Amino acid sequence: MTATLHTTAALALGDDALVLSHRLGEWAGHAPVLEEEVALANIALDLLGQARVLLSMVGDEDELAYLREERAFRNLQLVEQPNGDFAHTIARQLYFSTYQRLLYTHLAAADGEFAGLAAKAVKEVAYHQDHAEQWTLRLGDGTDVSHERMQRACRTLWRFTGEMFQPVEGLDIDWTGIKTAWLESVGDILRRATLDIPEGPQAGAWTAGAGRQGLHTESFGRMLAEMQHLHRSHPGASW
Amino acid sequence: MTTQEWPLWEVFVRSRRGLSHTHAGSLHAPDAELALRNARDLYTRRGEGVSIWVVPSAAITASSPDEKDPFFEPAADKPYRHPTFYDIPEGVKHL
Amino acid sequence: MATAAAHRPAHADGTAHMDAAAYEAVFDAAVAADERIEPRDWMPDAYRATLVRQIAQHAHSEIIGMQPEANWITRAPSLRRKAILMAKVQDEAGHGLYLYSAAETLGTSRDELLDKLHTGRQKYSSIFNYPTLTWADVGAIGWLVDGAAITNQVPLCRCSYGPYARAMVRICKEESFHQRQGYELLMTLSHGTPEQHAMAQDAVDRWWWPSLMMFGPPDDESAHSAQSMAWKIKRHSNDELRQRFVDICVPQAESLGLTLPDPDLTWNEERGHYDFGPIDWTEFRDVLKGNGPCNEQRLTQRRRAHDDGAWVRDAAAAYAAKHNATGTADASARTAGGPSADQTDENGKA
Repeated sequence: MTATLHTTAALALGDDALVLSHRLGEWAGHAPVLEEEVALANIALDLLGQARVLLSMVGDEDELAYLREERAFRNLQLVEQPNGDFAHTIARQLYFSTYQRLLYTHLAAADGEFAGLAAKAVKEVAYHQDHAEQWTLRLGDGTDVSHERMQRACRTLWRFTGEMFQPVEGLDIDWTGIKTAWLESVGDILRRATLDIPEGPQAGAWTAGAGRQGLHTESFGRMLAEMQHLHRSHPGASW
Repeated sequence: MTTQEWPLWEVFVRSRRGLSHTHAGSLHAPDAELALRNARDLYTRRGEGVSIWVVPSAAITASSPDEKDPFFEPAADKPYRHPTFYDIPEGVKHL
Repeated sequence: MATAAAHRPAHADGTAHMDAAAYEAVFDAAVAADERIEPRDWMPDAYRATLVRQIAQHAHSEIIGMQPEANWITRAPSLRRKAILMAKVQDEAGHGLYLYSAAETLGTSRDELLDKLHTGRQKYSSIFNYPTLTWADVGAIGWLVDGAAITNQVPLCRCSYGPYARAMVRICKEESFHQRQGYELLMTLSHGTPEQHAMAQDAVDRWWWPSLMMFGPPDDESAHSAQSMAWKIKRHSNDELRQRFVDICVPQAESLGLTLPDPDLTWNEERGHYDFGPIDWTEFRDVLKGNGPCNEQRLTQRRRAHDDGAWVRDAAAAYAAKHNATGTADASARTAGGPSADQTDENGKA
């Protein structure tokens, strides 16, 4: 495995964790119930920890997080999607944590350079997936209002899910196998939550590519502007 | 539907193997599954536990402080239940 | 909602067989002997009301206090600082929860307390009505605001009411990192670039006086102090604690290389304490009345989070009702299978 491949994969995994952690951090002070403030922050902290390990494999974590331009970020478009309501956040969590758990389970079992990180992270991610599933069940099979909101969220985010199964350079993974397992796992939870499995394509019609190629959605630039502003305003300063 | 407050749960945490569960505090949750998860996030986020029990607060029956005397005082005058009650000659070992 | 049997006051059980005076004597003796009062013990109504008011205000302060710091989570200038700040704001939510639990042992409910917060019938610490304008404010809050809070809170670990004292033990243990991270943050800024140093000084200039106000009005004007001291809810007077805080901060500011914005701050050999200038109590009362820079903003955000979350709380309650999961053996059995639970011996015992 060459150094270039290693970098691409570490950035893809690291940016996923960094960006989703940032989005979850935006919930602080806004969660629907105090117990969820604590739960969402726990998940955000796990992800930030993963991001720091992965980015540090490539270089200086802060330079990578704060000084890269938008096009250099390799995260999935799914994780950069704005929080929306709690249903959107839960749908995003369900889709991503199911994927991340499958991916990290494979990486932990192999003996590549990500095995150590993956072995630790897979325990964290199992909890994230459980959290997302518990809430998917309650929102889907709760009230009419929550069912409607959760159904809409699952549908809206569906088109960002195909990107997850695009092969990432440097990761020796059975991507088709992961996709099948993901569809089965998410499909099962949605059914139990009395939700319809969204129809329609799992990717947008634009052929220019997506997050893994450095192409992002409109809200991502604004997210980065906020995240990077202070760091960039004081070049070379330590914090 | 008008929002009704989630019920209250008491949380017991075993801090490490070999110790019994100790009351840690309480929290609100709609059901047992979320109560357990909320307890994990709230009471063990610094690695304080290896096992958690959650019990609906309403399920606890407690002794009344008014009955403190009849409940607990009779036990106070039975010193023969304690090993220190007995005189053993000096030098006798393993007793 | 039914209050837990473990929490329900004993005299509500209809088992009372002492008269009020006898109860009061037992209560007074317990307080005098430095014993803890526990939830089901008889207590004077005014003691109960004082505790509910104080614990609720304390809980509300933790929850509202998340906002000024959360304001900087998305802009934290390094990933290390971001993790620290997220963990700290999360702790504040946790501390709010411990305190609401403690208040609930007195026969109130969290919903009732939140409603009083949202409608302005209960207060939170006025300090959180000040804005966090720069990153250095995160440091100043940790050092000064958390420092003042700790000075106030450490004696509360010996408060006469058991559940409150126990919550405070847990909170104080967790809070020691809050103050240290703030101090470290300011230290880094103070010894950083000239712009960073100026940012740190500006933050200390703005937070110093409001922090001194956190100890409450001077002793001769404090409405609740004397009775609270007699009940051992409070252990030291406002002025005593304020003086202790000033004495601690002066040398800490010197180590930081920052100045405290008070020209009257001088060591008084005779008293063995630092003298400090007069506090602007007009500002204190104005902010308390609602005229601070952020009163409206803080309450609006809190209310919005609560209102926007209603459908989520409803959904979970509806799901629980549908699946009859509340406390059923079925639900426990399903949750018991988690990877980390040592369930085999658990089940035998439970």
